[in-house]
Amino acid sequence: MNIPEELRYAESHEWARVEGDSATVGITDHAQAELTDVVFVELPKVGQKIEVGKNCAVVESVKAASDIYAPLSGEVTAVNEEVAKNPALVNTDPYGKGWFFKVKLANASEVGNLKTASGYRTLIGK
Amino acid sequence: MSSLRKTPLHSVHVAAGARMVEFGGWDMPVQYTSILKEHAAVRSAAGLFDISHMGEIRVNGPDAITFLNLALTNNASKIALNGSQYSILLDEKGGVVDDLFVYRQGAEDFLLVVNASHIEEDFELLKTLPHGRVELRNESDTTAALALQGPRSAGVLDRWIAGASSKLGHHEIRRFDSDAGGVWIARTGYTGEDGFEILCDAASSEKIWKRLLGLGEAGGLIPCGLGARDTLRLEVCYPLNGHELGPDITPIEAGLGFFVDFSKPDFRGKAALVVQKQAGVPRKAVALLAKPGGAPPRAGYPVLRDGKNIGLLTSGALSPTLQTGIGLALVDATHAAVGNSVDIEIRGKYVPASIVKKPFYRRAT
Repeated sequence: MNIPEELRYAESHEWARVEGDSATVGITDHAQAELTDVVFVELPKVGQKIEVGKNCAVVESVKAASDIYAPLSGEVTAVNEEVAKNPALVNTDPYGKGWFFKVKLANASEVGNLKTASGYRTLIGK
Repeated sequence: MSSLRKTPLHSVHVAAGARMVEFGGWDMPVQYTSILKEHAAVRSAAGLFDISHMGEIRVNGPDAITFLNLALTNNASKIALNGSQYSILLDEKGGVVDDLFVYRQGAEDFLLVVNASHIEEDFELLKTLPHGRVELRNESDTTAALALQGPRSAGVLDRWIAGASSKLGHHEIRRFDSDAGGVWIARTGYTGEDGFEILCDAASSEKIWKRLLGLGEAGGLIPCGLGARDTLRLEVCYPLNGHELGPDITPIEAGLGFFVDFSKPDFRGKAALVVQKQAGVPRKAVALLAKPGGAPPRAGYPVLRDGKNIGLLTSGALSPTLQTGIGLALVDATHAAVGNSVDIEIRGKYVPASIVKKPFYRRAT
């Protein structure tokens, strides 16, 4: 199970790549493996304010729609049009081309509440 | 905790790493690898499904046809030896108890293949109907079934039983000898592709399953689960009991009037259907094709026309073949015309769709 060291992780299986006061967000390899075929992604809008722990996006597999929860609060500054057009990227490249959106952090201290790679590894038992 | 029922192939699925889910009281594989991959395999090569969870009820005796004609909507007199027929079991109010296939294995020997979630209910109901010189037997526990479906399925079958496919016309069923004993094979299916449903002893099922996978692997045959089974049948608009059919839905509303023979003097539910036919159906089943780019339509989503709620979806999915949303819906009969534009409400957004002629997908030849 791929769990990159440089990322931070929410218990609800979102990852955040924090760079200064901004973060890129997606879902983990574990999450995409559970979902299998991702057929649709509903992204937030640029400019949208998101709040940590609240649902801000939806990822749909063939059988079910799953809420994606904001791992950090802030304002959405970019969304990944590529993944909207090609949802399978979530399965094939969850930490790269399968990213969902970028957020300008409202509260950088929230990063400390996320898990490290080893903490996430413990959480998912892998 | 009540335990789920298991088919004879259950341990094979688990050993293969299939993802198991509850379906109609059974623990079944929803997918082995990927639903999309399994769906594509059936459309382009071949897929193998365990359908042993379905029920088999034998109707045998000199009065078999009379019994079937009273019990079911379709006309069993029309079934030739080695033929089969889709039919429906109704309740007294004309609502659907189950939809099923009737196979004629002998002059007076019929096998009904019924839905997994309704086996005992169907059997108990049939036993209460007057049945002259007819024996009814529930053979579900000792019978297994596999569905081999796809354009390459005939080739795989013939590698197992030489010449079998050339002996089976569309919707025919015949008995064959095989290296796994005697089997009955029907050229029927639930996918819209050419295919075969193989009925065998429960004890032979594992051998046949592995044999077919071995023979078909080089040509692209893969095991497929219920996830692909659902997207495949939806693309060809086949109904699923519990979604398009149920006690509150009549075959007329469901668009299955073709399988109801009103010329029969009587059949269970006839009186109620006659009333409905004369009064006009309040609802109709329609096929919806959504505009590409929207979220997948799913069962339960509302359907609107000009902002007004006109019904809801009974099934829905993103069609893997058409790459857009498709659905079956029950809507007000006054709005059900092919060509009408509607909206499907998905998480507060309105996805435009059209009512289209069935099916969404038709295989080449």
